[in-house]
Order: sequence, then C-alpha cells, then structure tokens
Amino acid sequence: MIRVRNLCVRAGGFTLDGVSFALETGRYGILMGKTGSGKTTILETLCGLRKPDAGSVELMGRDVTQAKPAARGVGYVPQDGALFSTMSVREHLAFALAIRHWKLRDIEARVEELARLLGIAHLLGRMPAGLSGGERQRVALGRALSFKPGILLLDEPLSALDDETREDMCALIQSVRAATGVTTLHVTHNLKEAARLADQVFFLKDSRLHEATGDELKSSLANGAAPRWLAPAGPPLTGGVA
Amino acid sequence: MSAPAAASADPEAARGGIGKAPSDAPFIKVTSDVPFIVALSLLGGVYVFLIVAMLVADLAFTTRGNLTEALNSPEIRYSIRLSLLSCSMTTIFALWSAVPLGYLLSRFEFRGKHLIEAVVDIPIVLPPLVVGLSLLVLFQTPVGRWLNETLPGGVTYAIPSVILAQYMVATAFAVRTMRATFDQINPRQEQVALTLGCSRGQAFWRVALPESRRGLVTAATLAWARSLGEFGPILIFSGATRMKTEVLPTTVYLEMNAGNIGGAVAVSLIMIAVALAVLVLMRAYGFGVKGEPAR
Repeated sequence: MIRVRNLCVRAGGFTLDGVSFALETGRYGILMGKTGSGKTTILETLCGLRKPDAGSVELMGRDVTQAKPAARGVGYVPQDGALFSTMSVREHLAFALAIRHWKLRDIEARVEELARLLGIAHLLGRMPAGLSGGERQRVALGRALSFKPGILLLDEPLSALDDETREDMCALIQSVRAATGVTTLHVTHNLKEAARLADQVFFLKDSRLHEATGDELKSSLANGAAPRWLAPAGPPLTGGVA
Repeated sequence: MSAPAAASADPEAARGGIGKAPSDAPFIKVTSDVPFIVALSLLGGVYVFLIVAMLVADLAFTTRGNLTEALNSPEIRYSIRLSLLSCSMTTIFALWSAVPLGYLLSRFEFRGKHLIEAVVDIPIVLPPLVVGLSLLVLFQTPVGRWLNETLPGGVTYAIPSVILAQYMVATAFAVRTMRATFDQINPRQEQVALTLGCSRGQAFWRVALPESRRGLVTAATLAWARSLGEFGPILIFSGATRMKTEVLPTTVYLEMNAGNIGGAVAVSLIMIAVALAVLVLMRAYGFGVKGEPAR
C-alpha cells in the first residue's frame, strides 16, 4: 500500500503543497497532470530520491519518510529507462540481486524467469545501445521487478513509444501485474493508456490532487467526454487535498 | 465573399497572390555552403599545417646518426626510462585524486565548492616556474624538511620531486576532465541504482565509474601527455642532474645548452614517437569496450 499524507516538496521555484492520497495493495494507480505539475516529484519522493519538506510517506505499512532509497523496496522505472550503458541485459536483471548477495544459481533462475515474463530471453546477451525503445523499457521494467518489490513506480514508461509498441507494452504491463500483483503507480499523459490500466486515477492540477476510479474514467471516455476534472476549473471529485 | 473566406479558398492568394514580386515568394535563393566550409578548413588548416611542418622540419634537420647516437647514450636512455616511469606513476596518482574530486564537484553541493573549484585551477593558470618554486618553498617548511629527511633518498632534487612536480600540474587537467565527464553522465542511472539497493558508494563503483570510462581514458591521456612535457617545475624543484632527475625535456634543455642542436632535435623526435605510441595505445584500450563507449 502507498499512503502519502500532506506532502510538501519544494524544488527550485516549484512547490508541491499538502498532497495526500492512498493506493491500496495490489491496485494499479495512474497519476496524471500537466508537464511540470509535480508528477515526477511525487514519484521521486516515494522512491526516496527527493526529501519532502513536510508530510509523510508510508509504503507497505512502514513509514519511510526518512528512509534511504535502498531501504524502501520500491521498483522504479524512469522516463528514459536510464539503462546502464556498460551492462548487458542479463547484468541489468541480475544487478539488484547481486547487490542483495543472492546465490548465483538463484540469480540465474530469476533472470530466466523475468526474461520469459517480459519476452526478452533473446536479448539477454545484448547491450542497451543495440535495443529498440520498447526493448529498453522491457529491460528497465525487468530490472525494477527483479528483486520482487512490493511497489512499482513507472514514470511515463510508454511516452516515447510508437502506437503499436505502446499497445504491446500495455498488454505486457497487464500480464506482469496479473503475475506479480505488485502495487503500481504509473505516471502518464495518455487517457487511453490510463483507462486501460487504471484501478484508480489521480489527477494533479495546481497542486491539488483529484481522484477517480478507473471505471469512472472509462465511462467518461466511452461517453465521448473528457473527465470533468480535466476541465480548466474542475473541482476535485474526491480525496483532493490542497 | 469576405477576405478571410477568400484567403482560405485560395492558398495562392493567401500567400500574396499570383504574380506578386518574386521577393515575396516563400522561397529564397540558397547560397552555396562551399565558402563557409572552405573558410573553416583554411582557418583550422593553418594550425594543422604548422604542426605537420614542425615535425617535418625536425625530421629533415636530424640525421640517422643523431638518432642512433641519442638512443645509444646511457644518459638519454636513462631519461627515457625515467620519463616513462614518472609519467605513468603521475598518471595513476592524478587519477586517484581527479576521480573523487571530479565526482564530488559534479554530484554534491556544499559550502566552499566554488573556492575548491578555483583552487584546483590554480596550477593551470600559474606559470610552471612558479609551481616549481612554490614546491621548493613548501619543502623548506618544517613538515617539508621532515619529509625530505625521513623519506629514503629525500624528495627535493630526487626522483619523487619529478613525480610531485608533474602531479601538481597534470592532476589539475585530470580533475577538469573528470568533472566534465561526470557532469555529462545522467545522474538518473545512479538514482536507479540507489532504488535497486545500492549505497552511494556502490552506485559510484558499479554504475558511475564504469560509465565514465571514456572520460577516464581522456583524463589519463591528458595527465600522461602533460607530465611528459613538464619542464619548468622539474627544473626548479628537481634540478637537471644527469642520470638522476633527468627526464626527456631536461635532456633537450641540456643538449641545447651544450650546443648539440642535432642531439636535442633527435631527443625531441624520440619524445614525439614515445608520446604518440602511448597515446595511441591508451586510446585503443579506452575505446575497445563492449557496447557503446562509456562517457
């Protein structure tokens, strides 16, 4: 479970003030908002890469507000994948396990399991430089899932992909979710992507968080109307905290 | 029909109408790029030409006899060995300082950072003779005198002074290179490593340092080459004693002082050959990594 209470983060001229939300265990949350609205800041704060000025972050029942990133047990996929250019795909999948001193045999078994799940078994010996955009994101996803985190944070993982690859990746994310049951918070700009994947949708606007269920978003889109919280002066549906 | 409607119906009219003066057309006459390329080539070519001309002049000036004589001279053989040894040791020491300093300056914000950046640049802007003189003065202080007396063979006017004099200047260039290298590496990769379970140290050793491999090679190359050419600080701090603190630039200086221009040019050519061989080897090793070259 992800629970954020009254989160305040100041970064340069940008301020995120008093944001609260909760995502239950096993649920798939989509975080939306304009560029610069603070979505990535929220993800970085959940990862521990950014220290909040106030508020608390609770992950899987533990208060981790002051914990280092390594101690949070969170899988993180940044926007560009941020693959390690000197490591092969196999080394990417084994990286977090080697850090945790897993036995070599167990690491190999886990790498094979992940490669099968993500459809990258044929890429294990390849270096990132030779991978396509979709392949890179699969590897980044595998690296984040490798140590079986309870929470997965995805920062616009599909934004740079073409439509066909995006469809494939959406299907892959759904199958990964079914296989692992990992609680996921996914940042995207794409409403179709959100409607397809979300149990819960959070929309960040003017430092206010508007919340809706995935079904509400789907029915809005099915009626051909954008959700009312996307309108310029739309009030929060539920749970928004300024 | 209103004017906008007419404009939307007739794109030609929207652009100003058929039959307007050619200067109003959306296309312009594109001038040739050749003069620009030629200007670039000429301006840059002057420098390349001067380098090649110098080397050709050196080759034309010296004789096979000069080269053979230089290579058979025990003093010059000693200075080649000392140059190779001192430059290699200096390069290792320079990297040991430059990598941590470059990483600290690139990744962390702390009080006094700008001051440290300025201090690190001092050896670059100081005249080389001043670096040598300052080292000599430093080793006249109580701590310096103690080091001189404690270390076997001492420091001043001995081989360690050659390495220290080279290190003082070469490291400044290596720090600049490593700082720029780490600045160019996306810190996101290290951040991902932190979320995967790494401490900052592990993220540095496992991710940042391998990613900086190309910069490391450049810094090492620069430090080595800079050390090979170092003369001023060595002359002041180490002296120019044959078979003791004589490195290749010192040899050139001593041969010229003795009026042996042919010998000095022969040693210069040996320096150029040694430098080229080492630089080519370093480059070949540095870029022969698997996957894309690290930054």
